[in-house]
Amino acid sequence: MILPIPSGTRDVLPDEMGELRTLTERLRAVFSAAGYGEVYTPALEYEAVITRGALGGARPAYRVFDENGEVLVLRSDMTVPIARLVASRYQASDPPLRFAYFAHCYRGVRPQRGQPREFLQAGIELIGAAAPAGTAEAVTVLCRALDSAGLQRYRVGIGDASLYPALMDALSVPGELRPRLLRDLGNGDFVGLESALVELPIEPRSRELLLSVPQLRGGPDVLHGPSGPVANAVAGLRAIHELLDADVAERVIFDLGLSRAPGYYTGAVFEVYDPAVGMPIGGGGRYDHLLGQFGRALPAVGFALEVEKLHQALAAEERLPEVAL
Amino acid sequence: MSPTGLVIAVPRGALFEETLGWLERLGVPIGEARTNDRRLLFEDVGLITMRPSDVPTYVAAGAADIGITGKDVLMEQGDAAPNGSGRDVYELRDLGFGRCTMVVASVAGPDRAAEALRRLGVIRIATKYPRVAAAHFERTGRQVEIIEVKGSVELAPLTGLVEAIVDLTATGTTLRENNLVVRETLAVCTARLIANPVAHKLKAAAIDELLERSRAA
Repeated sequence: MILPIPSGTRDVLPDEMGELRTLTERLRAVFSAAGYGEVYTPALEYEAVITRGALGGARPAYRVFDENGEVLVLRSDMTVPIARLVASRYQASDPPLRFAYFAHCYRGVRPQRGQPREFLQAGIELIGAAAPAGTAEAVTVLCRALDSAGLQRYRVGIGDASLYPALMDALSVPGELRPRLLRDLGNGDFVGLESALVELPIEPRSRELLLSVPQLRGGPDVLHGPSGPVANAVAGLRAIHELLDADVAERVIFDLGLSRAPGYYTGAVFEVYDPAVGMPIGGGGRYDHLLGQFGRALPAVGFALEVEKLHQALAAEERLPEVAL
Repeated sequence: MSPTGLVIAVPRGALFEETLGWLERLGVPIGEARTNDRRLLFEDVGLITMRPSDVPTYVAAGAADIGITGKDVLMEQGDAAPNGSGRDVYELRDLGFGRCTMVVASVAGPDRAAEALRRLGVIRIATKYPRVAAAHFERTGRQVEIIEVKGSVELAPLTGLVEAIVDLTATGTTLRENNLVVRETLAVCTARLIANPVAHKLKAAAIDELLERSRAA
């Protein structure tokens, strides 16, 4: 008898499980050596508590009622639960606090796209370490983890969530038009962005900046071009770059248009790319205001790797011919 | 390895000739793509050919780095994901060619769609673009029943299957020949250059060079 399981979920059999286990053990060793203690939080949380962190985070897709009629949600990431944990359990501890996790998270999917409803995240959160040093530490741990996993051709794209809002401030973009520009940018819709900009009552030169700056991406040289309105955010990225070891720095792509979906990001954001996989295999960033929503205002940064995608990237790299990136 | 360093998804069908012409103007060799209509994969020049509606699928998965397809295809497929991760392909450039209009059309004479809405409270709509159509009528506050068809949509209102259609029209000739008139215009659709988000970062130089050449062309 063949009994179905929901689309976007899957069974894992021993061969794959063995490989996944080897992979997570390698990541765990790196996190542990860097001083990150592993934590676990419940998969089910009170909706009323988790949504305190709803600064546009990935909205939980699955809700159930418990026996008292309280609404419980399945976590959609680990950043918000760890913010809750820090506020509740580490009220008196001196920062910085370092946590690692290996946990399944749950999100809604579009049908027929092969998206997972349940996926394993491996990540860290560094609480109470401000930019740029905290960010540089997180990026370094990320690269060490990927190196240890055996991934050869990965790159880490780094941008800044505050860059485009700062640019819009400086160029006096009317407030009511900003959500549309941010949405087009978040969607990678540069055609939509251009047509929205045409309607803006601003100087042609400003329009050109709003369209061209988010398309700047590449080595550290992209940080030397922009001045004026974006200088602050770019200076922040330069400061991170200066703190990175050479082997980490050569993995980094600076991307002035990078934006990541959860709205809680406040500064540097990053994504992990591998030429063998068509989508990011992980990412993270600074969320300096999220902890404050849970009553302990501390700057923070973290990242999560999607373990199954990382596994796919490793398998795909084995098949790839040797090509220069 | 392809001369541009990129794998390019090229749509067969209505956009095929103009897409090849655009690539040639940019100095991208097209090899045998124009002459050999059986082959799908032209590895020597980095081109793969497919139906326009498959282009976003190949580009999103990274099987092609960039691709050309109609805005109509992107409107139907390219909405934001529910998990908040944004769209899965980047839309880089409006290429201007392949200009079509997405319209609501019904049989000439008194509008049967309006009559159905007034008397029955719901309009039956045939379309190849069910999500675009549903979103349009939801936005304009009208109840509809969407019937997805794969072939000639013009047939549906003539046989009484539906009161109106949502379809793409270039010149309006097919609509006229089937005694249909345009009642509303939803959008103007042209060919778009799309890119895989990861390729957009990792192959930035190759993609930007192509964009630069297309600006100059």
